[in-house]
Amino acid sequence: MQFGIFTVGDVTTDPTTGRTPSEHERIKAMVAIALKAEEVGLDVFATGEHHNPPFVPSSPTTMLGYIAARTERLILSTATTLITTNDPVKIAEDYAMLQHLADGRVDLMMGRGNTGPVYPWFGQDIRQGIPLAVENYALLHRLWREDVVDWQGRFRTALQGFTSTPRPLDGVPPFVWHGSIRSPEIAEQAAYYGDGFFANNIFWPKEHFIRLIGLYRERFAHYGHGTPEQAIVGLGGQVFMRKNSQDAVREFRPYFDNAPVYGHGPSLEEFTAETPLTVGSPQQVIDRTLTFRESFGDYQRQLFLMDHAGLPLKTVLEQLDILGEEVVPVLRREFAARRPAGVPDGPTHAALVARRTAGTAGETPVPTGPAA
Amino acid sequence: METLKIVAVSAGLGRPSSTRLLADRLAGAVRAQLAGERAVEVRVVELRDLAVDIANNLVTGFPGAALREAVEAVAAADGLIAVTPIFTASYSGLFKSFFDVIENTALTGKPVLIAATGGTARHSLALEHALRPLFAYLRAVVVPTAVYAASEDWGSAGDAGADGLAARIDRAAEELAALVAGRSGSGSSPAPRASDPYDAVVPFEQQLAALRP
Repeated sequence: MQFGIFTVGDVTTDPTTGRTPSEHERIKAMVAIALKAEEVGLDVFATGEHHNPPFVPSSPTTMLGYIAARTERLILSTATTLITTNDPVKIAEDYAMLQHLADGRVDLMMGRGNTGPVYPWFGQDIRQGIPLAVENYALLHRLWREDVVDWQGRFRTALQGFTSTPRPLDGVPPFVWHGSIRSPEIAEQAAYYGDGFFANNIFWPKEHFIRLIGLYRERFAHYGHGTPEQAIVGLGGQVFMRKNSQDAVREFRPYFDNAPVYGHGPSLEEFTAETPLTVGSPQQVIDRTLTFRESFGDYQRQLFLMDHAGLPLKTVLEQLDILGEEVVPVLRREFAARRPAGVPDGPTHAALVARRTAGTAGETPVPTGPAA
Repeated sequence: METLKIVAVSAGLGRPSSTRLLADRLAGAVRAQLAGERAVEVRVVELRDLAVDIANNLVTGFPGAALREAVEAVAAADGLIAVTPIFTASYSGLFKSFFDVIENTALTGKPVLIAATGGTARHSLALEHALRPLFAYLRAVVVPTAVYAASEDWGSAGDAGADGLAARIDRAAEELAALVAGRSGSGSSPAPRASDPYDAVVPFEQQLAALRP
């Protein structure tokens, strides 16, 4: 199982000091957070993609390429890559290039984006969100798997004799997750291709995600990629920890109360009861995270949102120390002990290469695209 | 035969509330209309109790447990009675916010009786220019009679020019009962329910095929 962090990349005022970091400070902080993730033994760093203030990460492969050069083991990912408004040809090129530079330590999470005006800014129509995700990904999937592509679709210029370069490293495309918080169509898409499904459950109650993940698992099996238990599931989470839970609550409350997403709404207590947000001791985070597998089944990737609500960099780095030293080692052990045989590990480039070499497509649940 | 589920949503704020009183009268009249024909279960959802949950849902995008349960009850109802006080020439903000946090397909085809209360009968057409279009947008089937109860109606039996409140309640209840029980139109077909996207997933090949030029 893989553990990591994902960042939205928001520039948010620290409500306790009134200080707002500059874009430059925030970008450098994101890099520092990624490097810290590797240092404390996490597996994954994923960045958001946004094209409007107060968010800075508009150019994920630039940032991830820089982080790739300064790390050795960390898997670099996205949360999410906008499959609706980005040109799928450019995604194919950019992420294949990143995959080479990072020696395979790259995967992507596809998302539709939640900012209405981004669609018209990039020449698209938000009402076509799902069809754009379907068509663009179908093209991207082919560009990484077929050397020469002839293609015609509804949303972009046709391609005749097009080769996306560089070709994926070792002939194995980056692993793809499809992220969704509410669309059964996207769960179906992930299942069809045998790709991963990432349920960003951080704001919504678990009952909703039990259905969405259940649908994905069932359809994954329907398309012949393995059993429902072998489907590749990722989950979000958000935590704030101190040694004593009272200290965690006291320190985090002003951040929670003013957070851009949930501030000025439900109380911290209501929100922690209804969503995966956990504010407390490392042990509370361990206990809460272990309940996820009871609700959603054994899964492959757990990403935590740590740099949210305007927390200063120093605090975020302290949080990552606690996460890496006290929480994740226990979670690795406990999840491994509970995991039934036959449930696959988190996807890596090496595993995908080994799987292709062994020619076991269809027998193991590591995805390769639609079953024949 | 299955028990028919009638849900009355009341956006009244007072305790006691004339809006709640009207909701109860309407629910009772619908139950009476169906008595002997079908078993009826009536549930009243008081939006006052859910006011904070509704505001929180607007902020966070998801309903808390109590609101979720209420929304599910409304979505699963065979017939809906929606009653609001008239504030500033329209439905109350709380009433609108509740229907704002419900999926916009949840009321498709659902029989709905609309009703409102106010201090004076001068605002009665708010039912026609505010509530009826709201439920038309949601593709609900709104019965022809909308019931408005002004303060004076609670002490009047009507006159030669207009039915009294009790008569209007009965007429509206009869119309809703007819729709709910499937007595009108083609007869026996029950009100269509909003489809559940998890139960009826569109196979991916169909999603792809729909895009082929």
